Amino acid sequence: MAQVSLNSIRKVYPNGFEAVTPSSFDIKDGEFVVLVGPSGCGKSTLLRMIAGLEDITSGDLHIAGRQVNHVDPADRDIAMVFQNYALYPHMTVRRNIGYGLKNRKTPKAEIDRKVEEAAALLNLSDYLDRKPSQLSGGQRQRVAMGRAIVRDPALFLFDEPLSNLDAKLRNQMRIEIKALQKRLGVTSIYVTHDQVEAMTMADRIVVLNAGRIEQIGTPSEIYHSPASTFVASFMGAPPMNLVQAQFQDGAVRLPCGTAVLDAPTSRRGPITLGIRPEDVRLGQGQTAFDVHLVEELGAHRLLHGQIAGQPFTAHVVKDTIASPGAHVVDLPRAALALFDTQTGARL
Amino acid sequence: MLKRSKLSAILDHAILILGALFMLVPLLMVLQITTMPDVEVIKHGPSFQIGDQFDDNLKKAMLEASGFSGENTGVNMLKNSFVLGIGFAVGKIVIGMMAAYAIVYFRLKFATLAFWVIFTTLLLPLEVRILPSYEIVQRLGMLNTYQGLIVPLIASATATFFFRQFFRSVPEELIEAARIDGAGPIKFFVDILVPLSQTMIAAMFIIMFVYGWNQYLWPTMITTEEGMFTLVRGIKQITQVMEGNRIPEYGRANVLAIIAIIPPVFVVIFFQSWFVKGLTESDK
Repeated sequence: MAQVSLNSIRKVYPNGFEAVTPSSFDIKDGEFVVLVGPSGCGKSTLLRMIAGLEDITSGDLHIAGRQVNHVDPADRDIAMVFQNYALYPHMTVRRNIGYGLKNRKTPKAEIDRKVEEAAALLNLSDYLDRKPSQLSGGQRQRVAMGRAIVRDPALFLFDEPLSNLDAKLRNQMRIEIKALQKRLGVTSIYVTHDQVEAMTMADRIVVLNAGRIEQIGTPSEIYHSPASTFVASFMGAPPMNLVQAQFQDGAVRLPCGTAVLDAPTSRRGPITLGIRPEDVRLGQGQTAFDVHLVEELGAHRLLHGQIAGQPFTAHVVKDTIASPGAHVVDLPRAALALFDTQTGARL
Repeated sequence: MLKRSKLSAILDHAILILGALFMLVPLLMVLQITTMPDVEVIKHGPSFQIGDQFDDNLKKAMLEASGFSGENTGVNMLKNSFVLGIGFAVGKIVIGMMAAYAIVYFRLKFATLAFWVIFTTLLLPLEVRILPSYEIVQRLGMLNTYQGLIVPLIASATATFFFRQFFRSVPEELIEAARIDGAGPIKFFVDILVPLSQTMIAAMFIIMFVYGWNQYLWPTMITTEEGMFTLVRGIKQITQVMEGNRIPEYGRANVLAIIAIIPPVFVVIFFQSWFVKGLTESDK
């Protein structure tokens, strides 16, 4: 177990592209931190710098109190699970899991014992003498996990480990990984572009965009009080509704003129309003909502349409009957988030 | 419809049989000659007659020397050919793999340039540089040695190129996983890259062994001692021997020709099963 600390970590590629702007955060012992963001946001680069697979341009990286900027990946006391499993195809499961130990000159008997232990933990005992090509995707993923846990590392790194699995298996592995991590208590950093994975697995989420940290917080903080329009629109499915509005005559008004919030008369200019689809009250208030499409999801329905000419989605429970056409909705004040239209930052 | 397909079946088979005959007849002629006394051969040429001289010819070919020193027996030439074929193939594979490893996996400043320089040597086969190569080998005192036979031939652009292409297709993640698992460059090469390349190695071995086995010009230049002759060059020597009124030993030369064909055939058959297995069982 280890505390990880990033201090102004920055990555600039030789061609001048700044993949990660100076970023700092700390990870506590045993914490499960998820780095999430769209592709190209620098989350994998950040993870690879922590792993030592990518050079750190500037800044300090500490793992368990030791500065490891220039330490070889093998000596950082980390283990990594890769997106495509990266199992050695010509080795049996047993040798795959034990390879790292063998390279560290662990005695043969101890390797065997540890491999058996890890295999038992991951339900792989029956497959130890198979080759990776004879295993299913989920089993391969478990072997990759086994390779990580057998070494007892101070830190687990996961690079989109579930993106190659089908949806059902992904849900199951998500729970397994989380449970395993809690049981072993190993500090973990997990990279994903899937906000559902981030929400369900993380103790804390780091949202990245264009090489910059947008927000760090618990899943509930990130969901309920997004720090920017980017976080608001990236986290949550469907995402938060963002509607352009104006400060006018002592109120925040939608383009159609409806006042949704009081404001000091002195304020003028544009503003972006945010509201989660499930906070919208259908059939109350006086904001006109033109529904184009009803998405039936069993437990609930999503109404897609427009408010004041801007795309808008409302979430209603299954008992609420709704059909395409003109409706009214109420946007409760407590649920509204205000963002600066220019910078996207929360006000 | 039935008639037509029958006709086309006959036509197809006719083409195939013709092709097979085209390939087989020369071999059968060689076989036939090995059974005849040399006098008959020089009188009538190849015929349909099967003689009783095969045992004699085989014994002569394998155990009796044809030259002056008594060292170029068939057995000895076969040994030399094996040394050349295997040395050539193994050397080319080892050097090609190591060169490709350096080019693909290490951040060398001029890796691409180096690769293309190696690649352009394909345009300079042995025949083009045979005089300087000979001079170097001679000055190093490697005439009439196995090293002299093998070493100047084993730097291979072909093998380097094929291994480079193959290494580039090995997923990056595998290298990274190995790095985290604590495998250094040599361990990664030996533990991971070489086993992964098995099928490539088998394919290269087939090609290079046959290529080395069939070398003619270089062994002819570099070996003047009869004890160093390879089969391919030794056969020529036998038919050339025309001292006084002696008849060329056709039977003996043709036995050697048959023997010279067999090892490459076996190498192809043996490694082919590996090769095909590797192609179909893609587990990279």
